[in-house]
Amino acid sequence: MKIDRYTSTAMALHWLIAVMILFSVSVGLYMTGLKFSPEKLKLYNWHKWAGVTIFTLVLIRCAWRLTHVAPLPPPRMPAWQRHAGNASHYLLYALMIVIPLSGWLMSSAKGFQTMYFGVIPLPDLLDKSQELGDTLQQIHKTLNYALIAIVVLHAAAALKHQLLDKDDVLKRMLPGRRA
Amino acid sequence: MKSLPYDQFALFALFPFFSLFAALISSPAHATEYAAVQADKSTLTFISRQMGVPVNGRFPTFTAKIAFDPAKPDAGKVNLRIDLASIDAGSKDANDEIAGKEWFNVRTFPAATFSSTGMKSLGGGKYEVTGPLALKGKSKPLTATFDFKGDGNYGTFEGSFTLKRNDYAIGEGPWTDVSMVANDVQVNFHIVAAAAAATLAPVKSK
Repeated sequence: MKIDRYTSTAMALHWLIAVMILFSVSVGLYMTGLKFSPEKLKLYNWHKWAGVTIFTLVLIRCAWRLTHVAPLPPPRMPAWQRHAGNASHYLLYALMIVIPLSGWLMSSAKGFQTMYFGVIPLPDLLDKSQELGDTLQQIHKTLNYALIAIVVLHAAAALKHQLLDKDDVLKRMLPGRRA
Repeated sequence: MKSLPYDQFALFALFPFFSLFAALISSPAHATEYAAVQADKSTLTFISRQMGVPVNGRFPTFTAKIAFDPAKPDAGKVNLRIDLASIDAGSKDANDEIAGKEWFNVRTFPAATFSSTGMKSLGGGKYEVTGPLALKGKSKPLTATFDFKGDGNYGTFEGSFTLKRNDYAIGEGPWTDVSMVANDVQVNFHIVAAAAAATLAPVKSK
C-alpha cells in the first residue's frame, strides 16, 4: 500500500530537531540544579549552542514547510482531531521559535553573551538587569513546560494513530517508499 | 674696550628674558600633581572569559593613592589596594563561589595590592607603570599602560592590564582548566584624581 509521506528533508528536519530538543530540554532541566562548577558552565554553553542550532533548523524547517505541501490527514479522521492536530502543530512551531529567543534574551539580561561554539558572538539585545533576567528565566521555563506537555500530546497522538487507529499517520514521518 | 663689554652687558641684560622664555616653552605653566583620588568617579572592572563568553565583573571597593605630575612622569607613584570580599564576578552563582578557597580565599587574603616601582612616558599621552601585584599570597611583576588626560583640576587615568589567573592560583582544582575559564583576565581601570598642589608658581604678569 502506498503512503503519502512527508519529504525526506522534512523528515530529517523533524527527527533532528526532535532529538536536539530532547537533549536540550534534558540538559536544561539538569544543569540548573548543579552547583557552580566547570561542568555547569560547560552544560550551559552546550545548552545555548543547542538552542541556537535548533532555532536555525526551525527557521529552515518553516521555510520548507511553507514551500512544500504536507500529506493530508486520513480521510476518516474526525474534524476535531484534525483541528487539534493543526493547533498543536502551530503551537509547536511557535514554541520552537519563541523558546530559543527567550533563552537568548535571558542570557543577555543576565550578563552572559551567547557565543556560538565559543567563537561566534550573538549580539546582546538587552542590557544587564537582574530583574529582567529573572523574569525571562521564568518565561523560558514556563514555555518549556508547555513545550514538554505538547510534545507528549503530539507523541501520544502519533502512537494512538499507530496502535489504536492503525492508520498511516506515523508512517508519513518515517522513511519508506514514497507515494 | 669699546664694543665687547657693551655686548656682554647687553647679553647679561637679556638673560632674564631668555630664561623666562625658556621656562615658558619647556615647563608647562601649570605643572600640577594629581593626587586626590575621586572614589565615586573611579572604577575598576574586569572581563573574564567562560568558554569564550566574555563576562563583566568589577571590584567595587578599592583605595588608590596616586602622585602623578604629567611634567614628571618618572616620579609618579601609585598604590592600589583592592578589597576582594566585595568582588562582583558577574553572576550570583559566581559571587557565591568567588570568596572560597579555590578562588580568592578572601578569609586568608582579603586584599590585593599593587605598588608601583617605576613609571615612564610612552609619548602621546600614554604612560607605563610597573610594579609588583600581590594577590592571594603571591607577588608577581605587573606592567600596565594608561592614557592620562588632565585639565588642571581633574586628571583621568584610563588603562588596562592582563593578568594570568593561574599565576596567582585564582581558580584551583577543576578550575585550573583554562578551556573553561580562560587564564587571561583583562582588568580595566578608570581613575579620576583631583589636582593636589601646584609644583611651579604660575607666571604672573603685572
